[in-house]
Formats: sequence, structure tokens, C-alpha cells
Amino acid sequence: MPAGLDAVTALKGKWASVTDRASLDHPAINVPAPDLLAVLGSLKQDHRFDMLVDISGVDWADRSKPRFTVVYHVFSTATHEYVRVAADCADDAAPEVPSATGLWPGADWHEREAFDMFGIRFTGHPDLRRILMWDGYPHFPLRKDFPLAGIETVLPDAEVVAETKTGAIAAPMMGGPFVAAPGQLNMSEAEPRAKDESWTERRPKPDV
Amino acid sequence: MGGRLSGCPTIEVSVGRKGRAKAKGRGRVKRNLRVPFSSIRTLFAERDKTFLRGLTRPVRWGGFCPNSTMVSANTELTYNSKIEGDVIVSRADSVINWIRSNSMWPMPMGLACCAIELMATAASRFDIARFGAEVMRFSPKQSDVMIVAGTVTYKMSSALRRIYDQMSEPKWVIAMGACASTGGMYRSYAVLQGVDRIVPVDVYVSGCPPRPEALLDALIKLQEKVKREPSASKLLSA
Repeated sequence: MPAGLDAVTALKGKWASVTDRASLDHPAINVPAPDLLAVLGSLKQDHRFDMLVDISGVDWADRSKPRFTVVYHVFSTATHEYVRVAADCADDAAPEVPSATGLWPGADWHEREAFDMFGIRFTGHPDLRRILMWDGYPHFPLRKDFPLAGIETVLPDAEVVAETKTGAIAAPMMGGPFVAAPGQLNMSEAEPRAKDESWTERRPKPDV
Repeated sequence: MGGRLSGCPTIEVSVGRKGRAKAKGRGRVKRNLRVPFSSIRTLFAERDKTFLRGLTRPVRWGGFCPNSTMVSANTELTYNSKIEGDVIVSRADSVINWIRSNSMWPMPMGLACCAIELMATAASRFDIARFGAEVMRFSPKQSDVMIVAGTVTYKMSSALRRIYDQMSEPKWVIAMGACASTGGMYRSYAVLQGVDRIVPVDVYVSGCPPRPEALLDALIKLQEKVKREPSASKLLSA
């Protein structure tokens, strides 16, 4: 039996709260947030899944319950296998899971990014600041209710704002975004600027 | 000589001829430089000594250094040393602009893949030194033209504006590539939609990324623009 499945079986025996998670590739489990650190610690110490590959957030959109999930991928350098661990955040308004920085120092920036993009707080994180957007940015851009174009926001540097009188704007989408299945949409035809450079959102395209 | 200064500002430069100096075996060529305005005098520091060295061969204004790599020869004014002696009279604007346009030190604001093309432009194959812009300065205080090469995120935009503010006058900006010009393909919450929203841009270069030739073309266009500037009156009113 592969080491990943072994580990999952052992973990399910040890914690009643651990359940199987649907997966097309690697063995995967659901873990409630309170047991998360114990399960990850056991994977690391007892089952030699010693490498944390990534931490990502999932927003299942507004109406879902629970709305936010944090997904961990751990890798065993001994058996070269992966296990996926998913933890739902109990609170939809202020999502929270314990930080894995105590187990893997490398979790630090992964968790900062998940916090920056989804607003998931990692309790016990030594330095939970934004990592991609600037400090003081009021939104969480990868949440489903955040528009791709962005929301008008004040830039971080007050002096520059006073000098340039500009800020972060909602990017002009010009009829986009253009997402196409292969063979369905010719991108060079779909892109408005490829056809005609003279019109913008402020000055609509004239009828031909 | 002073009477000539009543109209538009002029610079008068008298120089000894190279041949005579050599015949007398002197190491240095004798030069007298009369600069009527103190503000203009500041221009003739350091790198402009090159300009004075060029004057030792007075043939034709704008083309008096036949082997120079001037982009376009100015044949408007001619100079005949046999008639007029060792004096060149010219408009201050053309002198100042000639100096400025042929020695534009870039501030390489490399932010994305355009910076790779910028590096290629500086390397031997394309050789931006042919246009006097090979001295990339990472210190804003020593640079003349900021080449914004790449995607400007909102997080970077404040730093970019600060660097622009730290550059000393006169200064120019080239927006290199689609991202710097308009935000390019990044119509997103994180990317500044055109660097002209925070700094004044003189030349835009299309391309993603542009070829090095396109950047050189932008530099030549900027040189042409600088040559049309009313530099002397700007300096005097400053």
C-alpha cells in the first residue's frame, strides 16, 4: 500500500474528525481547523511527509457554507508522494485557521499570501502582513465578490497622491475579459483594440 | 561683443586652432570662453568639456566635427574661420540642446521583460552608445531620461514617482512597451493603467516587448524633441 494511503488510514483511525476528501490524484483528507495542526504535525513526524509544498485558499463564493477552505499539499522526500489536507474555515465573515509556521517555517509567506488575497487569518502567525498588495489595501482581490478590474482605491503614498492626484482605478475592461475554449474564439478578433484603436469606455465605438 | 547679447541669448566661444598649437609645441589648446549668463555657465561643467574639445576644428556649426555621430546635421548656420576668425556665434538654445540631446544618461527603470530588451539595446549588437545614452545610472540624481521598461504595479508606482522626483532637471521619460504605456494586457486590480498617470511621458514605444530598434527609435525621437526645446529661456526664467 502506498505511503500516502497508509498515512490517511492511520490519521482517520487516530482522529475521528478526519474524513476522506474527493480527489482525482493524491490521497486527500478533510480536517476541521481545531485538529489541523495536530494532523499536519503527525503527517510530518510520524509519516515522514516532511515538505510543505504549498498553502492555498479557496473561496467557494458567497452562498456556500463554509465559504473559505485552506488547502495544504505535503510531500514526502522519502517516498515521493503527496497528501492533500483541506481545512474549512468555520467563520465565513472572519475566516481563521491555525498557522503552520511552527511546523514548517516556509509556511510563513504562503500564509501571508493567502491572507493578502482571501483575508484568511492564520492565528499564531509571527508576522501576518500583506505580501503582494500594499499595507493598508482595503480589499482581498481573489475573493469571488471582488471584480477582476479592481476597485477604486487610494495609493499608499500620500505625497505621491497629492502630487499626481491619481489612485488605483478599476481597470478599463473594454468588453473583456476574453476567456475562450480552444477553437471557439479567435483572440485577435475578440480583442477590441485589435480591431479599432480609436474607442475607449469613455468614448464608445461608433456604429459602422 | 556685448552688443550682440541684446537680442536672443548668445554664447561666444573663441578658441585657438589646433594646428597652430601643435606647431608651437604646446600641450593644450588656448581657449577663451565667454559665457554671458551665470546660469548658462553651469552648463559648461564636466561633460561639456567634450563639447569645447570639439570646437577646435571649426568647420560648420552642427557639423564641425565631421566624424561625430550626430543624428542630423544642422546646416542652418555655417562658419568660415578664414572670414570670421576663431569665434563661433550661435544660439544658446542650439548649443544647450545639442549638448543635452547627445548625452542623455538613462535611468533604467526595468520592471519586467522589457528590461531584457533594454539590456539588449545597451549591449554590443544594438549599442545605445551610438546615441550617447550608454551610461545607465541607477542613481536618479545622475540620470536624464527615465526608461520605464515593464509593468508598473500600483505598489511600485509610488517608488517610481519618487525616483522621478529625485531626478534633477532637465529630465524626460520614455514609456517602453505596452504595459508602461497603457497597462498592456494587465487590466487588473494590481497594475497601473499607463505610467503617464503618475509621471509625464515624452515618448511612448509600442510592442510587447518592443525590439531594441524601437527603443533606439524612441531615443532618437526624444533627441529630436529635446532639440526643439526653448532651453535658454527656460534656464533664464528658472
